Amino acid sequence: MSEQLAKQAAPPPPEGEEQVDRSREFMQRLMTGTPMLSVLAVVASLVLGALLIAFTDERVAKTAGYFFARPTDMLQALWDSVAGAYTAMFQGSILNINRIDTLQQALTPVSNTFYYAAPLIIAGLGVAIAFKVGLFNIGGQGQMLVGAAVAGWIGFSVEMPPIIHVTVALIAGIGAAAIWGGIVGLLKARTGAHEVILTIMLNYVAYWALVYALRSPDLLRNPDNNNPITPGMLETAILNPLPGFKVHAGFLIALAVVVLYWWFIERSSLGFQFRTVGLNPAAAKMAGMNVGLITTLAMLFAGAFMGLAGGIQVTGQVTTGFTSHIDAGIGFDAITVALLGRSSPWGTLIAGILFGALKAGGYNMAAAEGVPIDLVLVLQSFIVLFIAAPALVKTIFFLPKGGRK
Amino acid sequence: MTLELKGITKRFGTFTANDRINLKIEAGEIHCLLGENGAGKSTMMNVLYGLYQAEEGEILIDGKPQRFQGPGDAMRAGIGMVHQHFMLIPVFTVAENVLLGHERELGGLKGARKAVVELSKRFGFDIDPDALVQDLPVGVQQRVEIIKALSLDARVLVFDEPTAVLTPQETDELMNVMRQLRDDGTAIVFITHKLREVREVADRITVIRLGKIVGSAEPTASSNELASLMVGRDVSLTVDKDDAKFTDKKLEVTVLTVLDRIGQKVVNDVSFEVRGGEVLCIAGVQGNGQTELTEAIIGLEKPASGSISLSGRRLTGKSVREVLDSGVGFVPEDRKVDGLVSEFSVSENIMLDRYKGAPFVKAGTIDFATRNEFAEQAKTDYDVRAQSIHSPAGSLSGGNQQKVVLARELGRKLELFVASQPTRGLDVGSIEFVHKQIIATRDTGIPVVVVSTELDEVIGLADRIAVMYRGGIVGIVPADTDREDLGLMMAGEMPEHLKAAAEEAAA
Repeated sequence: MSEQLAKQAAPPPPEGEEQVDRSREFMQRLMTGTPMLSVLAVVASLVLGALLIAFTDERVAKTAGYFFARPTDMLQALWDSVAGAYTAMFQGSILNINRIDTLQQALTPVSNTFYYAAPLIIAGLGVAIAFKVGLFNIGGQGQMLVGAAVAGWIGFSVEMPPIIHVTVALIAGIGAAAIWGGIVGLLKARTGAHEVILTIMLNYVAYWALVYALRSPDLLRNPDNNNPITPGMLETAILNPLPGFKVHAGFLIALAVVVLYWWFIERSSLGFQFRTVGLNPAAAKMAGMNVGLITTLAMLFAGAFMGLAGGIQVTGQVTTGFTSHIDAGIGFDAITVALLGRSSPWGTLIAGILFGALKAGGYNMAAAEGVPIDLVLVLQSFIVLFIAAPALVKTIFFLPKGGRK
Repeated sequence: MTLELKGITKRFGTFTANDRINLKIEAGEIHCLLGENGAGKSTMMNVLYGLYQAEEGEILIDGKPQRFQGPGDAMRAGIGMVHQHFMLIPVFTVAENVLLGHERELGGLKGARKAVVELSKRFGFDIDPDALVQDLPVGVQQRVEIIKALSLDARVLVFDEPTAVLTPQETDELMNVMRQLRDDGTAIVFITHKLREVREVADRITVIRLGKIVGSAEPTASSNELASLMVGRDVSLTVDKDDAKFTDKKLEVTVLTVLDRIGQKVVNDVSFEVRGGEVLCIAGVQGNGQTELTEAIIGLEKPASGSISLSGRRLTGKSVREVLDSGVGFVPEDRKVDGLVSEFSVSENIMLDRYKGAPFVKAGTIDFATRNEFAEQAKTDYDVRAQSIHSPAGSLSGGNQQKVVLARELGRKLELFVASQPTRGLDVGSIEFVHKQIIATRDTGIPVVVVSTELDEVIGLADRIAVMYRGGIVGIVPADTDREDLGLMMAGEMPEHLKAAAEEAAA
């Protein structure tokens, strides 16, 4: 019967009939790819990265000069450079076999990975939740800066008992950034302004406002310092690292937030509305959902995640006073994290940890092998590129293309 | 000339849309291709027209094999196509549209104008070559498409579901044109799923099902025979229903006016009443305000004036949520866009408009057990053919998607049921099922409004029929009104002899 017939892939629709919102379709494609594609994108990027390492290596260049006389020299140099760099990266982020005399030594690489991963995971969720509603949150930088500034100000200027202080600081950062993000949602819902434009512009607003505040001793600048930097956090406002490690409670907060996000998206009534609006706003409207309200809430929540990430930056990562670069590019890395994780809770967690590992390992690689840390950025960029072009990945790995959907 | 398809096989991935199709089309006859939506008719014609390349088989013209890389090749070989959705540019004149893409063959605008004049004289079309296409009625636009094909000396003319956009009268005229073309020596391929039209005009009928040719039939075959052949089993084409038993519930629409974005009246002073226990069908050619009327009832459109009330309670001014909560079930006209989220599973779609509170949500959290139980029950009751309730709705056939929408909308206690084009694009078997559900809903004693452009459906379901034309209601007439008269009303004319009956029916 025709039921069975249509269960298989339906034939392409007749031409010229449907008008699709292309950006929405593109975003859905980014989100609905399989985890396998994410893995392959990472593998392909590592291979490309290997080529970059090899061909920028001095010894490789030198041995290439007499390649036809003694090819083994160059091949050996190639292998040495790539294996060395990636081994250093592995040793810096997961385990260094040569240094496992004490438990602390053995755990240091992994703990560093978790240390770098915490804000990445949380910020990744700030992009992911917007993706779920079909919104592209490029405003991570601005939202993080607002969150960091507010959390930081409470952290260094208000005196409070321990634990309460850091909690209040983080919550204040979350609230401020939520409002910062919510403005975008409200404008989008009320006026139809595009969220990409709005978030990018608000990045500038937040950045320059922070720069201004950092120049003025009445606002954020440390009066004892001529540079635009704030005072250090008070002892009570610091997420204390585990003794002997860099990692702090921020990673546990990140795990808790992932679980919260999972419940919200997969189980809650509001999350169901989020997903419906993201996949099909027309059907959402017809089902009685308030699309404008959901849009506003989505950006509000996105800002909240970013604010928490910003708060963790000042209370956990850089506690000795911060500058206008306290976001450390995480607002943008978060986009990659969410894309790689397909905006799913566990995917974003894994992607955040992977990027944390790239950071932790990248520093070690730079120190041990002299490969510039910028390689990590290049790897991340390749990952985005491959995820944005699934057909390319499928071609590289000889996977079946499949028809149009 | 003779056009022959030999062993044509077309696959999309693992799905075989056409399986070893053999078809012979001769000059001077109307060859009907009858099949349900998704049976593979359009795929076959797209292969013929060069839009798709077949994996196997060949196309022969007068015994010579052809290779079509694109529609251009097909056109040069004498194959023309009149598409279901017109491929005309509204702001161009008739002659410019005919010229488009064939500038050299026709010899510029002058040649195109000459061709239009000559062809329309030959077939009695009466088309002004300098009229803007957007000013022409739909039926005339279709003739422009026909002229466009004929101006390139098409000897085979393919009509792909040409009557979907026409009134019954325009359909009759189109059939006359087809006969004329046939007598002129053109081979005509007429693709449709409407049995009445096939029986009226066809010289030969080929039935296609699941991508295969399952047989041919004589034009003298009865509708039931043709339908059985098309579906592969016996089907009933009439809707069985008892007389309406009225209840106190009532939908009242009073002088309702809805404006579109540029301030034009798309629903114009519409008033009617639907009592509990009856079906009011709103007939009319698509685009005469039916969509806006139903959207006003559901709360998506804010009316400019007038009111809608349900059993004494006002619906106008309420949000969609509030209207749904007051017990209105709604089947939107475009289920893929408005009725379902195709990425969502069947069970998620079952709760699409019941995302708050009991029974599916407790303390802000979705109660999966209750929801899945409900979905399983709905799947059984409504015979939804899906692998499981967790399959994405987008993987279901149109009929099964519609069953999901129905299961959701009829799955709670209703005070009013509004269904817009409930069987559009469905196979005959599903249509039967949907009609039964609509009548069963009527028999629970609530008012039911069905909007449909298919006259057969309207006549089968309705207790009374309201015909809409250009935003207004031409008249409300009894269900046994003559088809011809309904056709006139769909074109905006109210037959004199019906006026007395209409007044009685409207009361």
